[in-house]
Amino acid sequence: MKAGIKLVLLGAAILALAASALYLKRSDVYLLSLYAVYLMATFGLNLTVGYAGQMSLGQAAFFGIGAYVAAILLKLGWPFLLVLLVAAVVCFLVGLALGFPALRVQHHYLAFATLGFNVLVYLVMRNEEKITGGTYGISAIPRPTILGVDLNGHVAYYWFTLGSLVALGALLWWLLRSPWGRAFAALRDNPIRAESLGINITAYTLLAFAIGAACAGVGGVYFASLVEFIEPGPFHFSTSLMMLLAVIVGGQGRFFGPVVGTIVIILVPELLRSSSAPWLKFMQVWYLAVFGVGVVLLMVWLPGGLLSIPERFARKAGKP
Amino acid sequence: MSAAERFLEVRDVVKHYGAIRAVDGVTFTLAPGEIVGVIGPNGSGKTTLFNSILGQIRPTSGSVAFRGEDVTGMAPLELARRGVGRTFQTLQVFGQLSVRDNLIAAAQEFQGSMIRRMFAAPDAGVGRRADEMIELFRLGHVADLKAGTLSYGQQKLIDIAMAFMPAPRLVLLDEPCAGVNPSLVEELRELLVTLNRTQGGSFVVIEHNMDFIMKLCPHVICMVEGKVLAEGVPAEVQANRAVLEAYLGN
Repeated sequence: MKAGIKLVLLGAAILALAASALYLKRSDVYLLSLYAVYLMATFGLNLTVGYAGQMSLGQAAFFGIGAYVAAILLKLGWPFLLVLLVAAVVCFLVGLALGFPALRVQHHYLAFATLGFNVLVYLVMRNEEKITGGTYGISAIPRPTILGVDLNGHVAYYWFTLGSLVALGALLWWLLRSPWGRAFAALRDNPIRAESLGINITAYTLLAFAIGAACAGVGGVYFASLVEFIEPGPFHFSTSLMMLLAVIVGGQGRFFGPVVGTIVIILVPELLRSSSAPWLKFMQVWYLAVFGVGVVLLMVWLPGGLLSIPERFARKAGKP
Repeated sequence: MSAAERFLEVRDVVKHYGAIRAVDGVTFTLAPGEIVGVIGPNGSGKTTLFNSILGQIRPTSGSVAFRGEDVTGMAPLELARRGVGRTFQTLQVFGQLSVRDNLIAAAQEFQGSMIRRMFAAPDAGVGRRADEMIELFRLGHVADLKAGTLSYGQQKLIDIAMAFMPAPRLVLLDEPCAGVNPSLVEELRELLVTLNRTQGGSFVVIEHNMDFIMKLCPHVICMVEGKVLAEGVPAEVQANRAVLEAYLGN
């Protein structure tokens, strides 16, 4: 398919998503907004894991850091865009620091190092009550007004989040199409060879973590304003596992992998749970079991993710 | 010793692994544009010598100087920036990238600063050179395919082409003929001669294919048990009794 046609189809899909808010229930619009904020985080994780080949089970921690930075600063009356910038920079710097273990260990060792980081951040959120509100959390987080436009309404905030997601996606697309994207892929495929060709694997490893973390931080800011109340629960390491699942199920290292994968982790369980069709009634009880079985089958039959289906068919048809 | 002869100066390099002396006092020099072959039976320390020169491992003692600068134990990244390229004994390509992207990746980091590269064109300004190398190595028909999906011989050619993409001053090639179809070996030798003539770099080549190395290298070093057993012009080394014994036994 030609690039121009792909772009038109993508634009149409985004417009359809935006227009759908006019016809959907409030709860469905909320769900789509939730999908958009999680997608910001999984887009970042795909850069870290899928493109640069690093392992991370700490993405929810950055999502949480972004959310808490937003909750605290927005309640102090800081402008939203400044809060967004501060959260992105804070997460970028913390992500940079988290990248250092990746210079020494890889694979499951790195997975546990990042998971430990997530546990640490979670404990800080839960125990540092003076700053985070502890298990009581922070409530009444305001939604922004930008350039005089009040984004308090659920549809307006959804459009704002969707627009921001598209902007973040475009920025990542541009970055991954630049020589940096190729360097990340070289780091993933063969770091020893990459270094022998002058690719600074230290810098690119740290940047992969830092950029991925910044994306999650941005997602966290939108999340805080969306839910208007945060507590440590959504930033538990189990959320990091779900984010990693989204990247892998969609197709790691494929730009649109998280777009599909985040549907699987955010929208599919909710659609199964809330299904009112008579033949899907059993889903209201069994949706998690069905979801689990579906994930197991996907991992076994499609380790390359859902977006690898066309390649799988092409291989079976004998095409290169 | 003239400045030209000191282009690469390997002096008394030793590498121990416990009681094993994998490289045991190797000394040699390389002039600009020169091609030197390194031969020796398996386990004679050739690759360990390469890795000691190229910073993959730090030698136990001895020194390596490149263009008058002491580069002993210098990281591969720093050596690459000084114009030292290499290939590895085993295949080392970026399997998920296309052949063309493999070649661009091999040269893009030499195009300005990291920040400038972030804003550069996707091919980092080396796309045309990548296309020239693709043509030279006759990889045009697979240029857009993922390198990891190609045959061993094709990946070997990509591997070698990548080493030459940044036009390095010095290239160390570790068994370039290994796994390559015998019909391609002569073609590969001609390619290396062409690259030596057009790019002007110096090469050090490890190889077990005697015919290949005797035709390619005007100077040959034979290593046995970590030491230099013999060196000189190919015919001399080939006729050396100690070399024959090392290869064929008593």
